[in-house]
Amino acid sequence: MELNAHVPEGPIETLWNEHKFNMRLVNPANKRNFKVIVIGTGLAGAAAAASLGELGYNVTAFTYHDSPRRAHSIAAQGGINAAKNYANDGDSVHRLFYDTVKGGDFRSREANVYRLAQTSVSIIDQCVAQGVPFAREYGGGLENRSFGGVQVSRTFYARGQTGQQLLLGAYQSLMRQVDAGTVRLVPRTEMLDVVVVDGKAAGVVVRDLVTGEVSSHSAHAVVLASGGYGNVYYLSTNAKKSNATAAWRAHRKGAAFANACFTQIHPTCIPASGAHQSKLTLMSESLRNDGRIWVPKDQNDVRPADEIPETDRDYYLERRYPAFGNLVPRDVASRAAKREVDSGRGVGPLKNGVYLDFNAAVDRLGEKEIFERYGNLFEMYERITGEDPFDTPMRIYPATHYTMGGLWVDYNLQSTIPGLFVGGEANFSDHGANRLGASALMQGLADGYFVLPATVGDYLAGMLGTKTVDTAHEEFKKSEADVADQTRRFLGTNGKHSVDHFHKELGKIVWDRIGMERDKAGLESALRDIPALREDFYRDVKILGDGEGLNDSLEKAFRVADFFELAELMAQDALHREESCGGHFRVEHQTEDGEAERDDENFSYVGAWEWKGTGQAEVLHKEPLTFNYVHPTQRSYK
Amino acid sequence: MQFTLKVWRQTGPSEKGAFATYDASGISEDMSFLEVLDVVNEDLIEAGTEPIAFDHDCREGICGSCGMMVNGQAHGPGTRTATCQLHMRVFNDGDTIVVEPWRSAAFPLVRDLVVNRSALDRIVESGGFISVSTGAATEANLIPVPKVVADAAMDVAECIGCGACVAACPNGAAQLFTAAKMQHLNLLPQGQSERYQRAERMVETMEEYFGGCTNHGECQFACPKGISIDVIAYMNRDYMAAKTKNRKLTGQA
Ligand SMILES: Cc1cc2nc3c(=O)[nH]c(=O)nc-3n(C[C@H](O)[C@H](O)[C@H](O)COP(=O)(O)OP(=O)(O)OC[C@H]3O[C@@H](n4cnc5c(N)ncnc54)[C@H](O)[C@@H]3O)c2cc1C
Ligand code: FES
Repeated sequence: MELNAHVPEGPIETLWNEHKFNMRLVNPANKRNFKVIVIGTGLAGAAAAASLGELGYNVTAFTYHDSPRRAHSIAAQGGINAAKNYANDGDSVHRLFYDTVKGGDFRSREANVYRLAQTSVSIIDQCVAQGVPFAREYGGGLENRSFGGVQVSRTFYARGQTGQQLLLGAYQSLMRQVDAGTVRLVPRTEMLDVVVVDGKAAGVVVRDLVTGEVSSHSAHAVVLASGGYGNVYYLSTNAKKSNATAAWRAHRKGAAFANACFTQIHPTCIPASGAHQSKLTLMSESLRNDGRIWVPKDQNDVRPADEIPETDRDYYLERRYPAFGNLVPRDVASRAAKREVDSGRGVGPLKNGVYLDFNAAVDRLGEKEIFERYGNLFEMYERITGEDPFDTPMRIYPATHYTMGGLWVDYNLQSTIPGLFVGGEANFSDHGANRLGASALMQGLADGYFVLPATVGDYLAGMLGTKTVDTAHEEFKKSEADVADQTRRFLGTNGKHSVDHFHKELGKIVWDRIGMERDKAGLESALRDIPALREDFYRDVKILGDGEGLNDSLEKAFRVADFFELAELMAQDALHREESCGGHFRVEHQTEDGEAERDDENFSYVGAWEWKGTGQAEVLHKEPLTFNYVHPTQRSYK
Repeated sequence: MQFTLKVWRQTGPSEKGAFATYDASGISEDMSFLEVLDVVNEDLIEAGTEPIAFDHDCREGICGSCGMMVNGQAHGPGTRTATCQLHMRVFNDGDTIVVEPWRSAAFPLVRDLVVNRSALDRIVESGGFISVSTGAATEANLIPVPKVVADAAMDVAECIGCGACVAACPNGAAQLFTAAKMQHLNLLPQGQSERYQRAERMVETMEEYFGGCTNHGECQFACPKGISIDVIAYMNRDYMAAKTKNRKLTGQA
């Protein structure tokens, strides 16, 4: 396997435009003859499918949801970044680029990030034209706020439901193409394999979740936009059904998987309330703009928050990071909270959280203003915990939220399988070792609206005159048979425990050993325990019912089986990366005051892994990273 | 806490369904209603009975996947609450809770509590969009939108497409959903060019699938986002105008 990032030569500012100019074009009359399959209709997938349909390609979009509007993207709360500089506070494309490279702890590809920052402005234009009801100033212009560890106001938002509104915009554009007949939408259908013929992506095998029917579909190109793999931890802020299967199956067919250990833990989630917990709820990071984080100084202090005087409180972020205070980046805030809770100073009935307190902000701005800003988040919090944040400070704790790792892609978002493109959270591309707040929506839409329609077109232009592979081809038949075998195996096991039981056990291992902090011993033990648990799973899982109707346990079994393999790769990737950077904190590599210690000398590369077969060790390939525009410095938020 | 759950079980659209009674004990008041179903399902699997099928995903009231009648109310007791946001502290220890799928001719049953709501997508597909292709947009701040207008559009754009309004309606009407989707766009300056065509197409598609509205108003109480039925009046106004307006004058009041 050879990794070639295909970054064109030239100054970074004009690279993307030059590249587009050099691309081959498809004549409008020929576009209809090209079939493109899009897997996933979240932000990235819906935007890509709609835009490819508008261009005239013959698009089929699959989603396991009953409607594109339900994708996990819908849950994003805080906002989307763009370098519009409407706030006149010194923002620019270059600054957004700079912040993203630095925020990613110098583990991303400069050219991609620059393009992302450039494209951000067009995204806002597009979304506004679609009718996305972003927050407005009284003068009718768009309002911005500062978000998650940045010092300029460049975040556009729609109340606490930015993801919902952006997804609805993309979904509506997609439905317009469905109406126009350029896109065929296939809901409640899960992709279970990518089919590769003569080294190129030739199509997919899918399972209809309602009837259980397995079928093959061929195309000239396949786009994966299937989201991230945060649910490998079982408990995360991801939607319950989010999973890694599409990406993992592609990996098994030859697509390299990059930086698997770069996962993001979000500092502001509601702490778990017990063993029944099925998922964790994020409280938007925007809360940190006005909330102050603290714990009691004394670990035995059991007084209610309002009876603890200022002198007995430790506002530990403000103390340790005077310049950024409560707005330090996510990884820094998360580890700091873990440290407080581990030292016994946690708050709440299970002592598993820290306070996020709005009292000072209410004094400064009034209750009405705070309600205006965060009312729906406060309501959400109260509904879950039964506590009103105006009376008692919120309790928060970090939870898995986002995965920076994913399928390796080149500058064109093409994986190591020609004709297989990957967009959105499913790829590893732009966030390096840590993603900044409000940048995932930006990346998903940049990929979907602007990058993929161009680069997929360039690929298709080279396929002019070729037919899609017949689905009777043996590779399709082999994949169909594999799916049928796996289904039979799951249904025939009749063991003792549910799929969820195994998923929870796996989640515990991954959270404890490949979570906020990792060390050699823990990772090595994970590499022993995960395969052992996987064996138990195959031996002892209990899945009732048949393969011919809606069967939730069977759906989950396919997904959990892939999480097992992915978890192993995460451990391996984390073990090999003997440094701390971004979301990857190796206990052995920290400065004297406990900050991450990066090793640019030895680890300034993307780690892309190649599948070698079940039970075989994956092989590491390195894409070296060079920084010509933003020079690596140790991040400091002091 | 302990509860008795009476849950509608039906293996397919043409099979016969019936209530089954399950015991849920050891429940904490912090649990969500869907987590109680998880617990019941784990017990069922243990006992060799197929688990209850229900739709869900975000579990925080935004994706619109979940939706069931709980004690005869769409999404259960409480206002502005999706089923996944229902926490057990709103029930009393020992309660019997009756759980059924959405019942509406436009939402054919798939299995147990899962129904097919794709008729809602057909309404959006018929005109619930602004026709602007990628790349064709102008600079965003060239379109000023008065804050009150943006806020009003957002109030209805919050619709999560769960179908509770239809399930709660004695007529199985989808007026609240359709009006919300339509007025989100019709209120905004960007939506004006297609305003009347949108109104006409969306209303007529709605009528192909759903019952007629007789102003019961149940929908707004069932809506997890609290969308007000006022929006239906706006829709009716636009639909009437669509039938009488000279479209060449769309740009004029
Ligand atoms: C609670 C929360 C809040 C967030 N807030 C923000 C924020 O404020 N700002 C920000 O920038 N980012 C935020 N993020 C991150 C951001 O929402 C996600 O990274 C982004 O939405 C991912 O979009 P996507 O299109 O890549 O994938 P998704 O939205 O996850 O979509 C995946 C799609 O793929 C489909 N799919 C997957 N596998 C298959 C398969 N095998 N077969 C068929 N279909 C498949 C699914 O049905 C779905 O349609 C937040 C994330 C969370 C969890
Ligand atoms: S599960 Fe998403 S709204 Fe209830």
